[in-house]
Amino acid sequence: MNNAAHFPLLSLILFTPLAGAILLLFVNKRSENAIRWIANIFAAAGFLASLPLWFWYDTKSPAWQFVEKLPWIPSIGAQYFLGVDGFSVLLILLTTMMGVIAVLSSWTAITTRVKEYYVFLLVLQTGMIGAFVSLDFLLFFLFWEVMLVPMYFLIGIWGSDRRLYSAIKFFLYTLAGSVVMLLGILAIYFSYHTMTGVWTFDVTEFQRFNLDRNLQWWVFLAFFLGFAIKVPMFPFHTWLPDAHTDAPTAGSVILAAVLLKMGTYGFIRFSLPILPDASREFVPMIAVLSIIGIVYGALVAMAQRDWKRLVAYSSVSHMALVMLGMFALNPAGLKGSIIQQLNHGISTGALFLIVGIVYERRHTRMISEYTGLSSVMPVYAAVFMFMMLSSIGLPGLNGFVGEFLILQGVFVVSKAWAAVAATGIVLGAAYMLWLYQRTMFGTVENPKNEKLPDLNLREVATFVPLMIMALWIGLYPKPFLDFLDTSVGAVVARVSPQYSGQAVTKQADCPENVAVNKFVLAGCETPAAAPAAPPPPGNVQPAPGSTPPPATPLKTTGGQ
Amino acid sequence: MPTGYSANDLVLLLPEIVLTTGLLVVLVADLFTGRSRQHWLGWLTIGVLVATAVPIVALSGHATTAARGLLAVDGFGAFFKLLFVLAAAITVLISRQYLEVEQARPGEYYFLVLCATLGMMVMAAGIDLITLFIGLETMAVSFYVLTGFLRPNRRSNEAAIKYFVLGAFSLGILLYGMSLVYGLSGTTRLREVAVALATQSDSLALKLAVVLVAAGMAFKIAAVPFHMWAPDVYEGAPTPITAFLSVGSKAASFAMLLRLLLEGLPAMAPEWRGLFYVLAVLSMTVGNIAAITQGNVKRMLAYSSIAHAGYILIGIVTATPRGVTAMLVYLMIYAFMQMGAFGVLALLRRRDVVGDELKDLSGLFFRRPLAAFAMLVFMLSLGGIPPTAGFMGKFWLFSAAIEAGYVWLAVIGVLNSAISLYYYVRVVVFMWMREELESASVHPSPGVAVALTVAVAATIIIGVYPAPLFELAEASAKTLGMAPRVLSLR
Repeated sequence: MNNAAHFPLLSLILFTPLAGAILLLFVNKRSENAIRWIANIFAAAGFLASLPLWFWYDTKSPAWQFVEKLPWIPSIGAQYFLGVDGFSVLLILLTTMMGVIAVLSSWTAITTRVKEYYVFLLVLQTGMIGAFVSLDFLLFFLFWEVMLVPMYFLIGIWGSDRRLYSAIKFFLYTLAGSVVMLLGILAIYFSYHTMTGVWTFDVTEFQRFNLDRNLQWWVFLAFFLGFAIKVPMFPFHTWLPDAHTDAPTAGSVILAAVLLKMGTYGFIRFSLPILPDASREFVPMIAVLSIIGIVYGALVAMAQRDWKRLVAYSSVSHMALVMLGMFALNPAGLKGSIIQQLNHGISTGALFLIVGIVYERRHTRMISEYTGLSSVMPVYAAVFMFMMLSSIGLPGLNGFVGEFLILQGVFVVSKAWAAVAATGIVLGAAYMLWLYQRTMFGTVENPKNEKLPDLNLREVATFVPLMIMALWIGLYPKPFLDFLDTSVGAVVARVSPQYSGQAVTKQADCPENVAVNKFVLAGCETPAAAPAAPPPPGNVQPAPGSTPPPATPLKTTGGQ
Repeated sequence: MPTGYSANDLVLLLPEIVLTTGLLVVLVADLFTGRSRQHWLGWLTIGVLVATAVPIVALSGHATTAARGLLAVDGFGAFFKLLFVLAAAITVLISRQYLEVEQARPGEYYFLVLCATLGMMVMAAGIDLITLFIGLETMAVSFYVLTGFLRPNRRSNEAAIKYFVLGAFSLGILLYGMSLVYGLSGTTRLREVAVALATQSDSLALKLAVVLVAAGMAFKIAAVPFHMWAPDVYEGAPTPITAFLSVGSKAASFAMLLRLLLEGLPAMAPEWRGLFYVLAVLSMTVGNIAAITQGNVKRMLAYSSIAHAGYILIGIVTATPRGVTAMLVYLMIYAFMQMGAFGVLALLRRRDVVGDELKDLSGLFFRRPLAAFAMLVFMLSLGGIPPTAGFMGKFWLFSAAIEAGYVWLAVIGVLNSAISLYYYVRVVVFMWMREELESASVHPSPGVAVALTVAVAATIIIGVYPAPLFELAEASAKTLGMAPRVLSLR
């Protein structure tokens, strides 16, 4: 069932947006509405094509699913190798959903060079999906870099004020990180060949392979540069506020919801399972940078006068929390980290849409320009309220589930880290509530705001799916967590084998009830608390070269 | 060793023979063509190049020598010969419209382009010091004339003089190095030189010879610190010639360098490795940093081509089969993207507009979206962004460096390629994000359209599906005489 009769589903999802972009090239650039319709139809088709993943993905099977494997560059062993696990399924669904929303939200916001805009947006979509489905490292890198160019154009042409500066900063920053990452990939490639005599970029093979510990250290640094810039982790975050602020609304939404996930995806998919020893050694560094990021991002966000910049800095803070959870290196932390990635995509994406709506009406993002909007735009204020609460982690909404799991995972490792992280969450509530208070409450003082139209039907349509998702994850996260069981299990088996086996399943079952019944939680922490601290580098673990821990076996399309 | 010429030589030398006959036909045809029919000469030249390509392909499977061991007939040579023919064909295609605007008589022009091609082919095939030098001289002299082809144009004249003086100087240095090699080994045949010198790698004179040969060749490939001529010559020469110079001349010099070092001087590998390591780092860094400040696109591309020489030198430093393959791959890719970029610039040349300042590109997208798209592809490819061919080329070079253990060289290389994006993207900014200055439209002739289409298609197709090129380059690199021996030296 899950591989659906050899149908190349992933290729279909991957190339649907690209097909739309190519079709758009042949449409007369003056028929703008036709262009908008075509773009929306293809974005929606991409989303529909990705839905079978949700229904046909077998959450019980630890194998890579929907695998497609074709020779690509045989002489160097690169393949057209696609496949997904639960983690990538969730991110792909997030990407296709945000794609629909981003395209739909641009209908009236973009009035110049409409054709190119949608072409770039759709090409970007293909690049992002490609990065999530590639299991060949070279193919992954190709898609990873492909994303840069359309995003550069989106910021550079349709952005605001300092768009050229922000665009090139984004471009060069990310590029510098990723070329170093490429060297890391090559180092693994050659090392793998030396040990096995096989030329391959097959990620699933690398995940089973024990690299030399010293090499791991260097490769981890190379990957870290590439991924940390993308996340972005403190102190590599400086491109983000600029890029976010100057990007057009849909650009910011995609950037926040999906592009930043590339970094965290990279850590979980590549750094942790391929470089488990180095990952453990780098835990303190990453934890410290994450904690600084959480607090610093929140404090800087609080000081912003620009609405969009505030949301951008909140992204820095939230993504740092995601990183902290991930590097707890235990099932709860990793699951929380992944769920929080989805949450961040949903809530921050929505917050950028919210800014975009007033920006489209008033062409300013200054918080001081807006007061008392709730009386002029009640529906808007309600949507904002909902999304703000989701962002600050109100129980019953999505943010809470992710934050809770992350804190649970981090707590096991270090109580101090958890305490500081929790402070950051409190600060997050502070700047968001304060923002809400300043913009929505009070009386309308600026006469320009008196006649602002409330949300129209199309705008409401962009928020509805996000609100549904926020509620769904908040109230009943079980289906999402089920998706993560096997993929997180595989990562944990590689990076912290002491949690493997029973602990994974037992512990994983608990947090599902989190929001529903608080009393279950008390019992839940016990199994997780068993391993006291993160293993100091180099002792607890089996030395490289000993029997590799069980990793995800590969299930190919043919013959299954 | 064969002592005389045989009928078999006539077959093995067929590409050179066809080309020589063809270029004489073009020269004579020029005399008998009226001014109104001049454009037929261009198509005739293309015909000659196609006719040359046929025997090249047919002979590419051989691995033997011809003409009493002066020339090698192997896959390596065939690969480069095809590259030269291709570059020459694109040059001819983008020249006609340009020459019309410049009101220059095309006859000798096509003849000289073919002469230069012949010289390059000899450079790629020669395995004898004298043969190589004659090939180099044939190419160089043709280019001196071509650079100054626009007689009324002062910039063109200045460029020709500069190129001639510095070129002659560098050839002198090279010749001096070669004479030392001859003196120490007693032979001019590279493969015999290698055997003769295998035991005397400590000789100081030999070290001096290596330095002189390296310096002479570094002039030709425009590697820092022997690059001073490049920006002026590139800027002053007719744009299609700049394209041919930066691609053909560079590729031929790299081919000759590989023949010299790997076939003739493998014993000196540690010396020339270190030498070219330094040259590679300098070329990449200086080329890229200088390119950032240029306002003239031709000068910018000149500095960028210096940087590219640096990237390609990585292949020489490694001197492994993978490194040589990487050089072949990169040079082929470079031919398409660089020729394409100059093709777009040549298209912008109009009566009143030189068309090579950055601002002349302003708003190109609004006037000619296809040309702007082509330029976008070339710029991204030069910068090494997938899914363009440039990425695949850089990927090979850097992987060769990592494999051979030159990790820092690779790090410097990738950081440089990130820097280079800054100025490539600036071109894109002018084309796509600036208002256009004037609305005068440029119409590409069929020749330019064909050339640009081929270049764009190749750049994208190689970027997405590079397997055939990789296999071809790998097979060709294997045939280079001494590569395995150098590897064993490590």
